[in-house]
Amino acid sequence: MLSIRNIVKQYAGHRALDDVSLEVPAGQIFGLLGPNGAGKTSLIRIINQITAPDSGEILFNGEKLNQSHIERIGYMPEERGLYKKMAIGEQIVYLARLKGLSHAEATRRIKNWFEKLQIQDWWNKKVEELSKGMQQKAQFVATVLHEPDLIILDEPFSGFDPGNAEVIKNEIIELNQKGATILFSTHRMESVEELCSSIALIHKSHKILDGRIKDIRNSYRNATYLIEYSGNALSMNGNQPFTTIDEAFNDETHTLRLKLNEGATSNDVLQYLIPQVSVNRLQEIIPSVHEIFIQQTK
Amino acid sequence: MNKVLLIIQREYLSRVRKKAFLVTVFLVPVLLLAMYAVMYLIYKNSSELNAIRTVKVLDETGQFAGKMQNKPTIKFEDVNKPLAEARKDLKTHKDDILLYIPKDYESLKSIQLLSEKKPNITVSMAIERQLNDIATNNNMIARGIDTAKIKDVKSNISISAKEVTDSGDKESNVGALYGVGVAGAIIIYLSLFIYGAQVMRGVIEEKTNRIIEVIVSSVKPFQLMLGKIIGVALVSLTQFLAWIVLSVVVSYIANKYFNAPQSPMLGVFASLKGVPFGYIVSCFLFYFLTGFLLYSALFAAVGSAVDSESETQQFMFPITMPLLFTYLISVTFLAQNPDSTLAFWLSIIPFTAPVAMMVRLPFDPDPWQVGLSMGLMVIGFIFTVWVAARIYRVGILMYGKKASYSELVKWFFYKE
Repeated sequence: MLSIRNIVKQYAGHRALDDVSLEVPAGQIFGLLGPNGAGKTSLIRIINQITAPDSGEILFNGEKLNQSHIERIGYMPEERGLYKKMAIGEQIVYLARLKGLSHAEATRRIKNWFEKLQIQDWWNKKVEELSKGMQQKAQFVATVLHEPDLIILDEPFSGFDPGNAEVIKNEIIELNQKGATILFSTHRMESVEELCSSIALIHKSHKILDGRIKDIRNSYRNATYLIEYSGNALSMNGNQPFTTIDEAFNDETHTLRLKLNEGATSNDVLQYLIPQVSVNRLQEIIPSVHEIFIQQTK
Repeated sequence: MNKVLLIIQREYLSRVRKKAFLVTVFLVPVLLLAMYAVMYLIYKNSSELNAIRTVKVLDETGQFAGKMQNKPTIKFEDVNKPLAEARKDLKTHKDDILLYIPKDYESLKSIQLLSEKKPNITVSMAIERQLNDIATNNNMIARGIDTAKIKDVKSNISISAKEVTDSGDKESNVGALYGVGVAGAIIIYLSLFIYGAQVMRGVIEEKTNRIIEVIVSSVKPFQLMLGKIIGVALVSLTQFLAWIVLSVVVSYIANKYFNAPQSPMLGVFASLKGVPFGYIVSCFLFYFLTGFLLYSALFAAVGSAVDSESETQQFMFPITMPLLFTYLISVTFLAQNPDSTLAFWLSIIPFTAPVAMMVRLPFDPDPWQVGLSMGLMVIGFIFTVWVAARIYRVGILMYGKKASYSELVKWFFYKE
């Protein structure tokens, strides 16, 4: 869908993007992660052709990015808003026409969307009469109305209550199933794990990590396990195949986190444990995206 | 291009549909109508004041009686009664005025004008002038001066200004030309400010609403800026057009219903007859439009550099200064010296030309000067729009950063 190649963007006195390359495969929900000021917004603005890179290029479905692609991208920026004094319906029609839809087609589609989100009676309401969450819903409709192939969402859930966030999340999944590629930038790691199949992590103007979430998490495995057991406390004879990270006792259950010794397996751990205690649970701890994020951006 | 049209349409409709716009469109003709009505009332009232009044002259000296000359609104009558009785007569003839000249008026300085109703100032001044003339005449005769000779040497001069042109001498009413020029300059000055500020407010609104980034993901910042400027320009033209049409209608109505043959309005209209209105109105539109493009682009750049209207102060100063300066110079010095060197320079520099040239136009400056000024105007607005657009495209995406002048220069040199 999107091939980003060696993008460099220099602002006076600071380099926002330094030789950033990444691939966003078609049909995915792709997470673009990074701390504040890492360069995410700069990259998104370049993809939207709001600004141009100093060097490097972007391919959109194999073609060099150009003005004709604008109508095939839908963008909901983090800093978003609507005209306060304008009626909602009219406003979305305007934004859709700027993306190339006809007046009649835009009107028809908005009516469908409003019905779907059960906000039919909003058409003539002014933005200033709506709550923040309601405005966000309208904004979402405006972003996807022209049925773009690529939808770029910057912090799409901010401003939504959990109920509405769920509604929008389901709409995003549905759009993705219908074939849209979604580039999704957020700080909420739980929604990244839930929605995204691949991610890229940008830190201090560089891409430091990208790929499928599963692969990334697996590559950060470090032989750490969680064990729950009941019975007397485990006694260590010095020959155990692991080192203890920490241990807790609560409600008749012992919880132990451990790191395997070099060459040892989980079976070795069980063999050591079973004669002494009754094991309720053994699980490998695979670092979450959140943990990887924290570790990588320290 | 299609997108620019969409933007123009939105900018135009969102402003024209506002109540405030309709109010201003109709307020001006209503004020004009009120002005006509007031003029009519004053005129009607003054015709009452102009009724003929009888002045009874009670002259104890004998020097003035019989010598007072009747005027269109004053009729003199000599009376030979004691003062007390003459005063009593005033009670019965309430419109009469009694002029009492006591015997020793010169030492007492006590000539009196007595009436039930207050005599108006024109009557009392006319009487005073006549009394002075007669007294002077009497004094001259008493000193043996030949009054007939004095009359002979008196002259009566009045100037009639004519302009020498190829098509013969033309009456030129300097006052009317001055009025038209200054009025044009004031209207341009005010409109540039009012509508320029509207553009700036529009830009700030889009920035504070955070809609700007949504819009520029669909259109180029330059298209948005241009659409906004043209949209607001059309709003102002709509307003001017509505004012002109409504004013003509109102004037027609006023002429029909407040028909006043000697109304002072006729005098104003008559003196405006020598002014080439078609030419001046077309030039007005040209200078307003190019001046508006020039200044509103700068206003847009200022709007893009700030986060709220209260921060605009520091950038507004250099924009408003040349306008304010030209305006003040124009209505004072230039209007009286439309052919001076200063007038020439101010009327060809694009930043000052819209105001300065309006003052000069009624005085018919050389066509080459007007042409030069217009050419520079076009170059000037293309240049400022270009500069402003380069600042604008960066400024609109900068949040929470307090811009300085050096910042603006940096923005200007940013690549796309």
